[in-house]
Amino acid sequence: MRRGMLAEFTSPEALTDAVERLHALGYRAMETYTPYPLPELEPMLGVPRSRASAVVLLAALAGGAGAYLLQWWINVCDYPLDVGRRPLHSAPAFALVTFEMAVLAGAVAGFVAFVLRSGMPLLWHPLFEVEGFGRASDDRFFLHVALDDPRFSASTLTAALDGLGAERVVRLGVSP
Amino acid sequence: MPYPSTMGVWPQFRSALPWDAAAITTYLSVSIVFWYMGLIPDLAAMRDRAPGLWRRRVYGAFALGWRGGARQWSRYRVVYGLLAGLATPLVVSVHSIVSTDFAESLLPGWHSTIFPVYFVVGAVFSGFAMVLVLLIPARRVYRLHDVITARHLDALAKLLLAGSLFMSYSYVVEAFTAWYGGDPYERYTLLASRPGGSYAWLYWTMIACNCVAPLALWSRRLRGSPAALMAVSLLVVVGMWVERFVLIVTSQWRDFLPSSWALYTPTWVDGAMLAGTVSCFAFLFLLFLRWVPIVPLSELKTLRRELSRDREEAGDAPRDAR
Repeated sequence: MRRGMLAEFTSPEALTDAVERLHALGYRAMETYTPYPLPELEPMLGVPRSRASAVVLLAALAGGAGAYLLQWWINVCDYPLDVGRRPLHSAPAFALVTFEMAVLAGAVAGFVAFVLRSGMPLLWHPLFEVEGFGRASDDRFFLHVALDDPRFSASTLTAALDGLGAERVVRLGVSP
Repeated sequence: MPYPSTMGVWPQFRSALPWDAAAITTYLSVSIVFWYMGLIPDLAAMRDRAPGLWRRRVYGAFALGWRGGARQWSRYRVVYGLLAGLATPLVVSVHSIVSTDFAESLLPGWHSTIFPVYFVVGAVFSGFAMVLVLLIPARRVYRLHDVITARHLDALAKLLLAGSLFMSYSYVVEAFTAWYGGDPYERYTLLASRPGGSYAWLYWTMIACNCVAPLALWSRRLRGSPAALMAVSLLVVVGMWVERFVLIVTSQWRDFLPSSWALYTPTWVDGAMLAGTVSCFAFLFLLFLRWVPIVPLSELKTLRRELSRDREEAGDAPRDAR
């Protein structure tokens, strides 16, 4: 995904125009780097629907079930304690810790899933070597077209991106 | 496992104490994760603008390599929204569970079914007051008047007023159920000891700070004055601390057994612990102000873009939408 062309735009509208135009021309292996999310571009960039919700739900269910089982085993099997003839298996009381542990498991799993699936944690990424890429978190909008896109052609892309108002176009590992 | 199992046996899950251990652990962890996740794009911005190598490395380490890619943003928004959705019922459940530490006991003044509701609203109320106490000076010092607008302060003031009205309702209900229920011990604690006993001055301070002072926020002029809002919020913070004191002490200084009656006076140890915790919090907050963006940069940029697009659609002259 790193080798290809990187174009810098000064406004989100210019970036949107560029993505629409390149998508119409048949480019599919694109990625944008922006200081804030532009969800309207996601379909054209081929961003899949995130499965984080499923991960969070499964983790929450597992955490809750595990917590309930633990409480059951502790209070019913391993160390039963007769407190005023109350039932050993006190389901309503167990429900509270179960809920808390479900939320904890879901939240932590969601965060870990987000970090790992997003290609993090990293201290350095090859794109950070590009001069001026730091502004991707500030006020510039970058578009990356990968070398392995079937329609990739360095000359056509350079011309197209210049025509779409790119501030500058950087080649990454692409011979001119 | 941070559970005080001094006798080395398993906890008994019918008691509120293990519930509390689970709730507080979860609350702390989820709050930290939520807060940190919200910071990641801003820490990346700090990394990219860092003037020196070591600052770039430290911010870079905490930013986890965030690049602002479309796929990253998509996943970020989903998970951040899920965390927000998880955190909201968590607040309600955690404060309800903490209240059962008191409500599950039999002491008069504690054994009341209004406690979960009372504690949740009390938490929201004192939380908003604390936010205002921190927000108003920070807004003044950092000149954030365009980011934290008068409308924000107005909305916070209204929420504070709503919380205060609810707390007043809770105090009345506590006293009413004590009277209506007829239990002599509860009647003594709620209707005689608190308003007229040795700690009456604290009880009435609590009423003045929590119930009377926020009534000033009915006035739009006072809601619009940051100084008035700051004064009311400080009074509420003090009042809520006094409420905790009243809650804990007035039910214990005269409980069921007269031989254990005693007048509690805080010692220098208690005072030092209170001062220490306040200072620790202030220290951490100042570090936060110093090291980390205090307003969410990426969210503000999104907001600015949305606002300028709305203005364009409304027919005004298009402005620079960057």
